[in-house]
Amino acid sequence: MDGAALLLSAQLAALTTLVLAVVGLPLAWWLVVSRLRWKFLVEAVVALPLVLPPTVLGFYLLTGLGPRTWPGRLFEAAAGHPFPFSFTGLLVASVLYSLPFAVQPFAGALAGVDRRLIEASHALGVSRLATFFRVTLPLAWPGVLAGAVLTFAHTLGEFGVVLMVGGNIPGRTRTLSVAIFDHVEALEYGAAHRTAALLLATSFAVLALVYALQRRSFYRWNER
Amino acid sequence: MERALTFQVVRRFPGGPAIDARAAWPTGGAGVTVLFGPSGSGKTTVLRALAGLDRPDGGFVGFEGEVWFDHRGRTFLPPQRRRVGLLFQDYALFPHLSVRANVAYGLHRLPARARAARVAELAERLGIGELLDRRPGQLSGGQRQRVALARALAPAPRLLLLDEPLSALDAPTREALRGELRGLLERSGVPAVVVTHDRTEALALGDRLVVLVDGTVRQIGPVHQVFSAPADVEVARVVGTENVFPARLARREAGLLVVRAGDVELVAVDPGGVEDEAYACVRAEEVVLEPLADHPSSARNRLCGTVMARREEGPLVRLTIDCGLPLVALVTRASAERLGLVPGAAVAVVIKAPSVRLVPRRA
Repeated sequence: MDGAALLLSAQLAALTTLVLAVVGLPLAWWLVVSRLRWKFLVEAVVALPLVLPPTVLGFYLLTGLGPRTWPGRLFEAAAGHPFPFSFTGLLVASVLYSLPFAVQPFAGALAGVDRRLIEASHALGVSRLATFFRVTLPLAWPGVLAGAVLTFAHTLGEFGVVLMVGGNIPGRTRTLSVAIFDHVEALEYGAAHRTAALLLATSFAVLALVYALQRRSFYRWNER
Repeated sequence: MERALTFQVVRRFPGGPAIDARAAWPTGGAGVTVLFGPSGSGKTTVLRALAGLDRPDGGFVGFEGEVWFDHRGRTFLPPQRRRVGLLFQDYALFPHLSVRANVAYGLHRLPARARAARVAELAERLGIGELLDRRPGQLSGGQRQRVALARALAPAPRLLLLDEPLSALDAPTREALRGELRGLLERSGVPAVVVTHDRTEALALGDRLVVLVDGTVRQIGPVHQVFSAPADVEVARVVGTENVFPARLARREAGLLVVRAGDVELVAVDPGGVEDEAYACVRAEEVVLEPLADHPSSARNRLCGTVMARREEGPLVRLTIDCGLPLVALVTRASAERLGLVPGAAVAVVIKAPSVRLVPRRA
């Protein structure tokens, strides 16, 4: 069993989910409330990773954040090491690649909260930010949780971006999905089976959880 | 500073009707002002602008010396700083919070003990003490309304805004709560603005009526006065003077006017300003029906007619009578039975001259 790869995959998925919860929630909220004319452009950018081959994203990240570019040097100065073939680089790539998997369910959940509840809160003297935490988020919670779980699962199963950006360094950038690839290349079918089965079971469990969350309504809306 | 609410709310909708509603009334004596009009007349737009939920495209909102909104001065006070109490149509209680937390919601600036005391005080006043630990989903319509009112009143608002407060209730509850709501609003001591399209609701709740038609304010006045003396034909139609007839001045007679409407002549009191054409308005409730047999009466208008249609309306019966005019009359069911008022029946229609209100027709 690839213990190191399993640990690395879990770390990457957990951190990606955390970053996307912090970055994705405000972004989702902005997408819901903004009346900006050019909002659709931002929506399109957020959705890009859904249709883009991971190699395209990986390629642009590698060339854009390479050690000879200024963003690459900025990254190196901040992280202490070059972008390619590092865990932090992997995390950046994962966050970008999983962006729509977090932001879209978040936005859907936030938009589903009855607008009048938010207006009622404003009229009661509660600021927009406090209203978000006291009304919007508690009511959107099942959807937000579903988005987070989906992000976690999606990162766990990521392959192309990881291979492009991270390479295949055991203990540093060698995740479960990459390990399976290695096993198959080396004709170690037994090991590949075990790891693949683990990923399959985890993914199924996670998706089942997401759909169960969406089916169950935590707060029954006022019956008229 | 004079205590008054003054506003001009301008909204333009792409491809739709524009709203330009202006009005002002004193707020010193508290009281309930009803924004009345058919759907689409702009009532809710005005209410939302007063609450600060929407920013109008133009105009201003002033309250007791404060500027809440001024398009030209680029002033817009957000809803958080207006201190208004808002009651939505379906009450918009927070479903994830208990009744207690709902009522305490706007009291976040108070220390915990003062907050609890204020919640207890409002629970007592509105009779919701038993409900404090329940969730909104477990309340009846009437209880929800009282909780919503408690929540709105808790932070001591300076103005209460209610959007169709009774329309989310079923008919029997609505009947029962009309009077109760009036009492609660009166005792709150806070000036209130109620949006409604329901005549009975307006009569039951309001002290003052503001009639909106097609986005503009057409008439402001004491409720009774507006209902019995609509300023123009559209107000008359909206507030429910059921009978509005185009008429032409025939002659003046001892201080009264005789107008010709359809095939008949009606005697009316001179409202002033009638030159030639006018609308004659008669409220359906003020039409008296009696058997054809002749007998003396003080009424100046007595017409013979035939019942054309009959419709039951609760305890009342609405009759359409052809008496040279298609006249609508509202009588009690008992009267309708006694007089045998079924389609085809002959009947005398009696209208007192002061009940015929003439509205000069605008050029």
